[in-house]
Amino acid sequence: MPNVKVLAQRQEQRGSRFTGGHSLCSGCAEPMIVRTVLNSIEDPVVVANATGCLEVASSRYPTSAWNVPWIHSAFENAAATIAGVEAAYKALVRKGKITRRIRFVAFAGDGGTYDIGLQALSGALERGHDFLYIVLNNEAYMNTGVQRSSATPRGAHATTSPAGSVIPGKPQDRKDLTEIVVAHRVPYVAQASVSNLIDLANKVERAMKYEGPKLINVYSTCPLGWRTPWDSAVKIAKLAVDTCYWPLYEVENGVYRITYKPKEKLPIEEWLKPQGRFRHLFKSDKGREIIKELQEAVDRHWEELLMKERCTQGKG
Amino acid sequence: MKKVMTGHKAVAEAMRQVEPDVVAVYPITPQSEIAEYYAQYVADGIVRTELVPVESEHSAMSACVGAAAAGARVITATASQGLALMVEILYIAASMRLPIVMALANRALSGPINIHCGHSDAYLARDSGAVQIFAESAQEAYDYMLMAQRIAEHGDVRLPVIVNLDGFTLTHSSQVVETLPDEEAKKFVGDYEPLYPLLDVDNPSVWGPFAMPDYYFELKRAQQAGMEAVPEVFLSVQDEYSRLSGRPYKGFFEAYKLDDAERAIVVMGSTAGTAKVAVDELRSKGEKVGLLKVWLWRPFPRAEVADALSGAKAVAIMDRALSFGNMGALYLDITSAFAGREGPAFVNYIYGLGGRDVPVEHIVQVFEDLRDAKAGELRYLGLRE
Repeated sequence: MPNVKVLAQRQEQRGSRFTGGHSLCSGCAEPMIVRTVLNSIEDPVVVANATGCLEVASSRYPTSAWNVPWIHSAFENAAATIAGVEAAYKALVRKGKITRRIRFVAFAGDGGTYDIGLQALSGALERGHDFLYIVLNNEAYMNTGVQRSSATPRGAHATTSPAGSVIPGKPQDRKDLTEIVVAHRVPYVAQASVSNLIDLANKVERAMKYEGPKLINVYSTCPLGWRTPWDSAVKIAKLAVDTCYWPLYEVENGVYRITYKPKEKLPIEEWLKPQGRFRHLFKSDKGREIIKELQEAVDRHWEELLMKERCTQGKG
Repeated sequence: MKKVMTGHKAVAEAMRQVEPDVVAVYPITPQSEIAEYYAQYVADGIVRTELVPVESEHSAMSACVGAAAAGARVITATASQGLALMVEILYIAASMRLPIVMALANRALSGPINIHCGHSDAYLARDSGAVQIFAESAQEAYDYMLMAQRIAEHGDVRLPVIVNLDGFTLTHSSQVVETLPDEEAKKFVGDYEPLYPLLDVDNPSVWGPFAMPDYYFELKRAQQAGMEAVPEVFLSVQDEYSRLSGRPYKGFFEAYKLDDAERAIVVMGSTAGTAKVAVDELRSKGEKVGLLKVWLWRPFPRAEVADALSGAKAVAIMDRALSFGNMGALYLDITSAFAGREGPAFVNYIYGLGGRDVPVEHIVQVFEDLRDAKAGELRYLGLRE
């Protein structure tokens, strides 16, 4: 079970899998997540990266921040690309051309997963390829300039769902991707957050025990897009977890386990308030109504999750 | 061994003999039977290929890219809308210099939706960076599927290669096909040595980086060098294959009774068979007519085609797809090859769209109309006005 010391040791050993020298924004959560994921896998890894901030900031020709084999093809096809890599691996192992164990990881954003890459992901999950898919979920299309995605929360300002004088930000609720993946009945699905890196490391370790498709949806603060201070990545993500807006849980072979239950569930305002993308909600009756509805949705989903945990653990 | 088989089966036989590491396919008429035959080979343990039965053609080409970059030998097959869905990733495959071989069962693009033959799918991928070869028969489809592997994987080329075969006309009709013995086919294709495979984890490689204005241009120019290497490789692979198979493949196109022809037709695909019958009929009446059947369409053998046609007085260039707002793509290929030199009068015929039948009489009529050809005219063959 990793603790801070173990994480630090692993960073010493494997930290160069993703090096500095990339051009991600200061304060971006992504490098912490990428390092924690790669450091938590013992075997050699091959990485497929969807188009997005991570890809653009880490692979500008002729430089690279990657010391592991890495492929980027397009926006919507990280799952299909890693599926192809894994299929090649299986074929070459069968022919005796490769003998070592190699693991496969895909990194993609919420846009590349919830929206444009959903079909490719679903196909790869159903076919049962052996890979770990990491969603770097920052709740909008950050690389192209903070446009709304289906992961964007209701009421959030995004450049294609702006807060206007008539419409107060994104009118629709976010999609529940994690549960869509659970419905594929793959061996391991989890939600994690940049605020809880030990929890993330644990989840990666548990995921990698399984052959087959695994997905971890990781909450990844974007200070630029969320209009929060540059040093707020961990703090804001922690508020998302402590308000139960972003519960940390895992589903292992269909059994739910909430990996962190806040001692005191904070009101949703605590998470909304420090973020510029929600500022307008506090300035109108309509906005305050949305806050109320967001709280109701969080409460309902949290109760559902507790119930799923009880039921699937046979305590229901 | 000579056998009666469909174009599908001929392609599947070549694939079975190549036995690629990975086949990623999605069904679409008129390609599906290729995928079905191959899936049966896998199910029966005849091949050790990893079959990836993807959820779309977009993922088919994406998985091909991942597998090929990983170091696998990869084949796929599609048609029409399937290719349209693949095209985004086909450009990327070519830019990564991945030797993916594809059988394309030519079918007219929607809309209106139609399942029959047309070359609009191949034309859509014209500028993708993939090598494109057209087959006249199931025999040629089989032969070129084997040759494609060698061309694609040649160290100077390393590009995707598409083998076009006309949907239904070739894919679904039974023809006599002579196949090579398995060991000879396998020996001809040889072992595959990938370059910088992703699965070489001790020597990490970067595939598909991001290039800004400071490098993009140079990288695309470097890709063009792969295309420029194709003609020489194509001829040497043809030469080796001809000696092995006893079937004469010599050149980027087949010149049929073209040497002294005053009137000629240029065509790609199965219509060449019909055109040969028309040529024979007219020749028997003493008319000097001939045919140029294009095998290698991309890269386009400009100089050689121009030389072959330069003796004719009038040439009909037949495109099985419209290039809206301009003449047909093959017409433009050939007429531009004559820039700065004297040439015949060229007429462009659009024909056979959406599987419209092309009987011998229509080709005979084209030759007849070439007697007083008006250069630069765009005509529609077999269209009800």
